[in-house]
Amino acid sequence: MAQSMRPNTLLRNLNAKIAAMPMIITVLVIFVGCTIWTVVHSFTKSRMLPKLEFIGFDQYERLWGTSRWLISIENLFIYGICSLVLSLVIGFVLAALLDQKIRFENTLRSIILFPFALSFVVTGLIWQWILNPDLGIQSVVRDLGWTSFAFDPLYNPDIVIYGVLIAGIWQGSGLIMVLMLAGLRGIDEDIWNASRIDGIPKWKTYLFIVIPMMKPVFVTAIVLITSGIVKVYDLIVAQTNGGPGIASEVPAKYVMDSMFLKQNLGQGFAASTMMLLCVLIILIPYAYLEFGGKRNGK
Amino acid sequence: MVNNHIVPNGPKPKSIFTARNIMLYGTLFVVAIYYILPLYVMIVTSLKGMPEIRLGNIFAPPLEVTFQPWVKAWSTACTGLNCDGLSRGFWNSVQILIPSVVLSIIIASVNGYALVNWKFKGSEVFFAVLLFGAFIPYQVMIYPIVILLREMGLMGSLWGLVLVHTVFGMPILTLLFRNYFSSVPEELFKAARIDGAGFWGIYFRIMLPMAVPIFVVAMILQVTGIWNDFLFGVIYTKPDIYPMTVQLNNIVNSVQGVKEYNVNMAATLLTGLVPLVLYFVSGKLFVRGIAAGAVKG
Amino acid sequence: MTVMKSLLCAGALLTATCASATELEVTHWWTSGGEAAAVAEFAKAFDATGNTWVDGAIAGGGTTARPVIVSRIIGGDPMHATQFNHGRQAEELVEAGLMLDLTDIATAEGWADIIHPKGLLDSCTVDGKIYCVPVNIHSWQWIWLSHKAYKDAGAKVPTNWNEFVASAPALEAAGKVPLVVGQQGWQTSGAFGVINVAVGGVDLWKKINVDKSAEAAASPEMTKVFEAADAARKMSKNSKVGDWNLATAMVIKGEAGGQIMGDWAQGEFSVANQVAGKDYSCLPGLGVNEVISTGGDAFYFPKNKDPEITKAQKQLASVMLSKATQVAFNLKKGSLPVRGDIDISAANDCMKKGLKILADGGILPSGDQLLSADTTGQIEDLFVEFWNDPSMDIKTAQARYVKLIKLAD
Repeated sequence: MAQSMRPNTLLRNLNAKIAAMPMIITVLVIFVGCTIWTVVHSFTKSRMLPKLEFIGFDQYERLWGTSRWLISIENLFIYGICSLVLSLVIGFVLAALLDQKIRFENTLRSIILFPFALSFVVTGLIWQWILNPDLGIQSVVRDLGWTSFAFDPLYNPDIVIYGVLIAGIWQGSGLIMVLMLAGLRGIDEDIWNASRIDGIPKWKTYLFIVIPMMKPVFVTAIVLITSGIVKVYDLIVAQTNGGPGIASEVPAKYVMDSMFLKQNLGQGFAASTMMLLCVLIILIPYAYLEFGGKRNGK
Repeated sequence: MVNNHIVPNGPKPKSIFTARNIMLYGTLFVVAIYYILPLYVMIVTSLKGMPEIRLGNIFAPPLEVTFQPWVKAWSTACTGLNCDGLSRGFWNSVQILIPSVVLSIIIASVNGYALVNWKFKGSEVFFAVLLFGAFIPYQVMIYPIVILLREMGLMGSLWGLVLVHTVFGMPILTLLFRNYFSSVPEELFKAARIDGAGFWGIYFRIMLPMAVPIFVVAMILQVTGIWNDFLFGVIYTKPDIYPMTVQLNNIVNSVQGVKEYNVNMAATLLTGLVPLVLYFVSGKLFVRGIAAGAVKG
Repeated sequence: MTVMKSLLCAGALLTATCASATELEVTHWWTSGGEAAAVAEFAKAFDATGNTWVDGAIAGGGTTARPVIVSRIIGGDPMHATQFNHGRQAEELVEAGLMLDLTDIATAEGWADIIHPKGLLDSCTVDGKIYCVPVNIHSWQWIWLSHKAYKDAGAKVPTNWNEFVASAPALEAAGKVPLVVGQQGWQTSGAFGVINVAVGGVDLWKKINVDKSAEAAASPEMTKVFEAADAARKMSKNSKVGDWNLATAMVIKGEAGGQIMGDWAQGEFSVANQVAGKDYSCLPGLGVNEVISTGGDAFYFPKNKDPEITKAQKQLASVMLSKATQVAFNLKKGSLPVRGDIDISAANDCMKKGLKILADGGILPSGDQLLSADTTGQIEDLFVEFWNDPSMDIKTAQARYVKLIKLAD
């Protein structure tokens, strides 16, 4: 009897299950399988080739004793927080400005959005050039007569990460702006009318009425921005290659260099496991709010 | 910021030189410069000769326009012994792009549809893990995927790369389609079920035709992402099928005595041309598509 | 492609050329002007055997190329021949049985007798079998000086490191960078290694790098080396280039006084039509301790199931070592040939200096042969940080260096 029951539950939604097979396989094999594989190998002393010779937490001990890794983490935090805040603020303010029934809206929107079509490699190269003190902004201003003018973020270890930030924001804020604009257009006209009648200042309406209504948009935007931040690699390689010195190193680059340049897979895997852990720490509360909350609501 | 001016209903006021407008357009003008300046520098530089670049500043328009850097970038720039510029990479990129975009969008749209309308046991869990995948640094998975592709015999082949792109595009695209389909009224789906339509019937006859705006968004995102990819292209393929970005890196990093900034910029622009044109042409559709579904969380 | 070719060959009734014409894909990271000219010599010589060299250059140096090479070999879809720095970079790939054993051809051609110094072949040998072909000797132990820069500054071209340091203020006063150092890890740690040999002496260097003695690394003699390196970083504080050949270009143009760089820099000078002794000078061992380190490049041949390809791989190995190719290649590359039995009369001033030191036995094994890629990488990280962070004092740097040597393998 039990045997005849089983196929029933299995067969229910069979088409949907077949259709979802690519997703299920991807999740199990790639996202779960490969992640476990990497975590397991982070406890080994794999060098150029993966080997299962376990050495406990040695790789992690070395990782946290390496100044380059510590700088990478610090950079990721600075870059991450600035990039998240600035992208959201700039994206929202620009969207609000474009939403003022202005002329040339299409042109301006295209101008702000187009950098998103360019790769990080291209973004890095072009900003490296504009920020080059001998060629770019600094030299132009000096040629105009202000000879003591100094603007060389990419050559100053203390601020280099902000030089990268300028490029990162340039590339990514357009998409956020479009998302925000779409969100603003979805706000009912009546809300504006109501707040106008009540004499509520416009900035207050934005801050206390409109933004809370746009929560889903902000969630999507935050997902897009943060998933990009953890992965920042190409931009650094193209713009500064981690320099000057090791001042603009990031974790993803540490992973790549450990794995392939130093031929120490174990160390690279340990570093990537730490990156994964960071992601989990950020994501679990979010997932709890998103999925746990919904289930309760329904 | 913007003052508490009351925006009047009906037609716009005649005068455009109000304080509000000057501030608004002034701000937008400055913003526009920040965004457009790098593109301007790229174009201007790519049209200059090397002597002019060495002397002048990077913002000055070319005194003497030359298209030679463009020709060189496209057809004669050298990497090692191969002196055929970007031209080889262009067709490779197209060959990689088309199957990757088509496959990833088909799979993601079916995923989204199944996740909303045909929930099965564990489907939400799979989706949560998939979404989590959007945050996993690629570096974590590069190595095991090399091994997987080897076992499948796809390492170094075009289809191996297509598969990798499909997998890594899946999280965000599935999220897009899931959000879109969940905004479709459930009654439509129920009515079709009562009429006896099955999984695929409903997908093709009802969902697909309604989902055009979100397909446009997905397509634009994927075309850009895949066209601009460097990491997967260089690791999972071999020289015969290197995409254009890899050739770009080769040209930009092959320094023969002096850095030829004009050729580099021309090469950069040529590589970015496909996604750029796509954005300028379909920018409106993109915004409409996002408004239609992507923002509903 | 292969199908097409075999069809064509069948049509031509298997003529001799068709039977042996095999395409070999060769990966390397030689893309600068001088390097590409040198590699073209290999391709020309190999094509002359009736086979075809398919160039798989990857720009961006070993940093970009090695991940690609390694993942393709591990991924089971290897190129047919690939460049590595000989030494320990490919060790594990050989041990995993992924590389072609060249012992038979090496014995037949008597490589053991013709390759000089012997250490080169040893680093290709694992368990008595030979897995790679050394193609050149590159020595790090050089400083390149621009005559124009010194003339502009009204100073005499120095003949050793101490004079070089003494002349730095004059150059700075003339708006030149006294010492240009490309800001990449391998360049800064390479420059440090050269200063180490020159200032600290060969024995100290060997104690640290061969015996991995942490005591030697912590010794007061080594502190002197760090002091010299500190002076060097101060002289290079205004150099803002990354790639080594852009740094060399500054020396060529007279914008910089000198550059500590391996002899591959010579290729750039010859591409720019500069003459050694007239436009530029070279000081082996910084003019203090004249030695040649025997690093260099080698080619490995990943295993392939197709016997035709294996045959062509061995042909390529033999071509790379042949007298004519060695001369042509090394003249373009600016490196020294790996054979002791050939006469390079066309060699320039600097190369002759190098050949003489080599013949006199002033030989130093290269770091690549002694330290694992892991240790090398960590040392590179240390020195790129040291070089760029003026706040890192000598004591801290030395302490960290000692720690790395202690853990070195």
